[in-house]
Amino acid sequence: MREGGLSAALKSLVHRRTRKVEAVKEISFTVGQGEIVGFLGPNGAGKTTTLKMLSGLLYPSGGQGRVLEFEPFKREREFLRQITLVMGNRNQLLWDIPVVDSFERNRAIYRIDHREYRQTVEELTDLLDLAELLDKPVRNLSLGERMKCEVAAALLHRPRILFLDEPTIGLDVTMQRRIRDFLSEYNQRYDATVLLTSHYMADVEALCQRVVVIHHGRLLYDGQLAELVRRFSPHKTIVVEMEVSPIEQRTGAQRQVQSDLSAYGEVIDSSEGRVSLRVPKTDTARVVGRLLSEIPVLDLTVEDPPIEDVIEEVFEQG
Amino acid sequence: MKGFVDIYGTLFRIHLAVQFQYRAAMAIWLIGRVIEALVFLSVWTAVARSQGGQVGGFSVGDFAAYYIIMMMLGHLTFTWFMYEFEFRIRTGAFSPLLLQPLHPIHRDIAMNLSYKFLTLIIMLPTMVLMIWLFEPVFDLPAWAAWAAVPAVVLAFLMRFFVEWALALVALWTTRTAAANQLYFAALLFFSGQMAPLPLMPEWVQALATALPFRWMLAFPTELLLGRLTPDEALLGLAAQAVWLGLSWGILGVVWSRGVRKYAAVGS
Repeated sequence: MREGGLSAALKSLVHRRTRKVEAVKEISFTVGQGEIVGFLGPNGAGKTTTLKMLSGLLYPSGGQGRVLEFEPFKREREFLRQITLVMGNRNQLLWDIPVVDSFERNRAIYRIDHREYRQTVEELTDLLDLAELLDKPVRNLSLGERMKCEVAAALLHRPRILFLDEPTIGLDVTMQRRIRDFLSEYNQRYDATVLLTSHYMADVEALCQRVVVIHHGRLLYDGQLAELVRRFSPHKTIVVEMEVSPIEQRTGAQRQVQSDLSAYGEVIDSSEGRVSLRVPKTDTARVVGRLLSEIPVLDLTVEDPPIEDVIEEVFEQG
Repeated sequence: MKGFVDIYGTLFRIHLAVQFQYRAAMAIWLIGRVIEALVFLSVWTAVARSQGGQVGGFSVGDFAAYYIIMMMLGHLTFTWFMYEFEFRIRTGAFSPLLLQPLHPIHRDIAMNLSYKFLTLIIMLPTMVLMIWLFEPVFDLPAWAAWAAVPAVVLAFLMRFFVEWALALVALWTTRTAAANQLYFAALLFFSGQMAPLPLMPEWVQALATALPFRWMLAFPTELLLGRLTPDEALLGLAAQAVWLGLSWGILGVVWSRGVRKYAAVGS
C-alpha cells in the first residue's frame, strides 16, 4: 500500500509498507444438496473471495471449507469434475473459433463420454436456445449470447455444484430472465446445489429460498429471504387509492388530501389518486384502521418494502 | 492413457484452428525469425570473407549451415509463455485454467506443438530456399543424425520447462517483462545464437557450459553440423537430461508455491 502522489511513490522505492487485509473472517455456513443460496453484500464485502475459496482458486489463510468432502484448494480432479465457477465478466470460450469448438475442448478436458456429451449439448441448446449460435465465432456474439454460451460451456460436465458470480451482469431484462429460468430448471433436473451472487435482486427473489448476507467480510444474516425482510425492515408500505373527481383535480383539492395523509405516515410516493405511505411495522394495523374510517378510500394494500431497500437497510445496520 | 490421447488430439486440432485465424501475425513472426538468421549469417560470412574465408575453423559454408540449423532449432524449441503468463494473470484468464481437471501445462504443450506443426509448412520451404541461396556445407555422419533426434526433443522439453517455470514468476510479481528481457539476452549470448560458442572467449564458453542455454541450442546445432565427437555428443545428451530433470523439479516447486500465492487479481 502507499498514499497517492510522487513523494509517496519515491518513498515506496526505498521502504515498502504492506498491510494485511482480511477479506473474509468468521463466516460459517453449510449448504445442503439441491439448495440455491443467494450470497448478498455490497461491493467489496467478500462475496467473490468466498466463492473463489470454495471453488479452490484461493488458498485460505485460516479456517476451513469443505465441498463434497473435498478440500477445495487441493483441486483434486474428482472435485473439479463436479463443480463449476461462472463469473459474469470472465470468459473461457475461445474468442476466434466457433462456440462448438470450445465445447468440444471441454468435452476432452472433462473426459465426458461422447454420447452423454451429445445429449447434454442437445439439452442445453434447447433450454438456452443456442441452435443459431453454436457455429458462430465467439467474437461475433453479443454480450447476452456469449453469456448463454459461457453458462452452457460451464455446465457441459453436469456439475453438481455451481458457483455463480454475477451470472447476469450487463444483460438485458429478457436475457436475465432466460438465464434465471434456465438455472432454476437445471437445479431441479440435476438436484444441483447453487451458490450465487448478484446485484440484481430479481435474480435472488426468483431463485433463492435462502440468502446469506455478508458485509466487511462478516456474516450478517443467514436464512430465508422472507425472514430477512421481516427482521430487517421495521416498516411497511401502505398504498392508498382514492377517487379523484374532475372538480377536485381542477381546484387542487387532491393535493390537499395527499398532504393530509402525511399525518398517517411518511409519504414516499404520490401520483394521481394514489399515495404510498411508509409506516412503522407495529403501527400498520392501527394506521390502516384510521385510513379506512377517516378517508374515502377506493383501494388499500399493505406491502413489504422493495427488497433492495431492505438490503440497503441491512448494510447500513451492519 | 486413452483419455490423454483424446485430450492432446482435441487440443491440438482446436488450437490449429485458432492459429489459423492469425495467419498474418504468424507470417510476420516467421519473417522476423528468418531476418534474424539472415542478419547473423551475413555478418559472419562477411567477417569470414574478410579474414580469407575462415574464422576460428568456420568457413563461409559452415556459417551458412550453422545459422540455417540454428534458425530451425530456434523455431522448434521456442515458447511464448513468458509473455502470455503476464497477460493471463493480469486479466484473470488464468483462473478458469486452474479450475479445469487438467494441468494447464498440457494445454500449453498442445498449443505449442500445433503452432510448430502449422508453421513448419512455411519454415521448411524457407530452409530449402536458404540452402539453395547460401550453399551451406553439411557434413553429418549417420550416428550424429540419429543422436540429434533425442537432442532436439530434450532441447524442446528443457526449454519448455525452464521458460514455463520462469513464466510462473508472474504469479508473484504480475509484471515480468523486465525479467523476460534479461532471460532472452542471456539466451542470445550463451546459446550460440549471436556467435558460435567456439568463437567466444574461454570464460564465456565455460559459463555457457555451466548454464542451461548451451544445451538448448548450441549443442544440438553443433551435433547436426557434425562438429562433435561421439563422446561429446553423449556428454551433451547427459547434460540435457540433467537440466531436464532439474527444470522439471524446479517447475514443480515453483508451481505448487505459485498457485498458493496466486491472489487471483483482476478476476
